[in-house]
This record gives sequence, C-alpha cells and structure tokens, in this order.
Amino acid sequence: MARLVRLDHSGHTELAEWSAGDQLSYERASELFQDQLGIGYMGVAKLADDSFEQVKELPLDVELVVLRRPIAGG
Amino acid sequence: MRGAVEFRPGTPLPEREGVWWRRSLDEAGLRLRERVSAAYTVVYCTPLIAAGVILIALEPLLVPVALVSWLHAWVIPELFAHRGARVVKPLPARAGEGGGPEHAARGFLADLLGHEERALQAASGLALVRARLGVWLVGEAGALLVRPGGRRVHCFCARATDSALPRSDRIAHLLLALRQDEVGFATVANHAFAGAAWRVRRRLEPGQRPALAAARALSRLSDEHAEILDRRP
Repeated sequence: MARLVRLDHSGHTELAEWSAGDQLSYERASELFQDQLGIGYMGVAKLADDSFEQVKELPLDVELVVLRRPIAGG
Repeated sequence: MRGAVEFRPGTPLPEREGVWWRRSLDEAGLRLRERVSAAYTVVYCTPLIAAGVILIALEPLLVPVALVSWLHAWVIPELFAHRGARVVKPLPARAGEGGGPEHAARGFLADLLGHEERALQAASGLALVRARLGVWLVGEAGALLVRPGGRRVHCFCARATDSALPRSDRIAHLLLALRQDEVGFATVANHAFAGAAWRVRRRLEPGQRPALAAARALSRLSDEHAEILDRRP
C-alpha cells in the first residue's frame, strides 16, 4: 500500500492509503492530495531508488508521498 | 488506470523561485565562496599580525600591545566560525514541546535515515546525508556541509516556514528538501560561513562533535568506498 503522509503539528498524519489495483482508493487519495496542495503544502514522492521528487499530481506506483511546508533561508 | 504521473528527475526545488536573484550554489559556487572566505581572513588578519611584528621590532617593550594585536587576528576568524556553527545550535525549547507530536515526528525522521545515521541523529541531533557536494549534517534550523576531503565546512541557515512544527519535523523538512535538490537547497539557504572544519568543531555543542567527526571521515572516503558502505544491510 502507498501512503500519503503530512508533516504537521501532530508529528505526522497519515491522510490516505492507496494501491495500484484499487482505483477508488487512489482517486480519494488524489483528491486529498490536491486539497493539501491548495492550502500550501508541497508533495514529495519517494522513488524506488530512495530519492525524492517534487510532484504536483499523486503518483500511482510509489510507496510514500510526503506533504511538507516550504523552507526558507533562516 | 489513471495515475501514471510522469516524473521529471532533477525538478528544481520550488522555493528557488523565491530567491530568483541568487546564483545557483553548485560546485563552482562553493569553491568561489571558499576562496572569498579565505581572502577575507587574510585581509582581516594579516595587518594585525604584521602590526604586532612591527611593534616589537620598533620597541620590544611593546610586546603586550603586540599580543593584543595577535589576539585580534585569532579572534576574528573564531567569530566568523562561531556565526557559522550557530546554524546547527538546537533551538530553545517551547512551552508544551515534546510528548506525542515530537515522538511521532522522531519516528518519521528515523524512517528517512539509515541505521547508523539514525543512531547518530539520536545522539547528536544532526542528520547525516551523503550527497554530491559533500556530506551534510542537517539540524533544526540549518545545516553543515563537509566538503570532500573533510577540511572545509560550509554553514547554511535554513528552516521550515512553520515554526510550530515539532523539532524532528523541522529536520525532516530540511532533509526532504535537500534530498530533492541539493544545489537548490544550498541556494535557498542563507550561507553563513565557509572555512576550516577544526574551527567549526570548536564552536559546536560537545554532543554534536561526533557527528562532525563522522561526516569528515565519510567525506575523506572515495566515492567507491562510500558506496560500498551504503550498500551494507
């Protein structure tokens, strides 16, 4: 199962799970993902080679997508 | 099935748009910063060292004044290093901090790190990441970059824009941004210092020094050796 996780004040919150064979779970997760982008979160997907990529749509075949806040110079 | 989203590897960090006027801090940019920093140190310190020598040559009784001049020559680079090392100083505790949220955030951060890096982060508060520009040590509000060879360190000030996040989540934010786009991360962060690793080490909290030692040791390894270590279970 792939997970959509948001880094927030509670530590982290798992917002959704989906799998490649379950279109409904993916669509629900995708909708949630877009809602979070709309309120200022950024989506970062963990790829198979352990690298991370910025995503603007929820990918189907990854294990983890993290929603994070922007960073800035201190 | 929908969802076959195309990845574009190397997508720049979106935060770079907020600092569009900055030149990318890549390998060449870092080397330039190192040279400029060394030149600054020479410009500040040489006159003070020379003044001490001249004073003693003119009048040996002026040794105390010469010593004060040399002390200044020593202190100025130390102050620069102090400013740099401060970027990884743990932030002051906030009221009601810790507990469940920090515990949950620590668990997520641990998932982002390898076994040894996890232990090092728990002990020092700094997350070690090996990347192309060198070995990074990521803290709550900044990061150190140990350059290949382990002799020079760059200090960067950066933070998650949500200041109410648990400590470990702040580190996770910086870690994710760094692993997305290393050059972008260095460009977005404010560059605070570039200089000798031993100077920065003296200014770190005692508990953080083993992390710097580990980063320096890793930065001295060739890429082949480091990859062998990475592949260990």
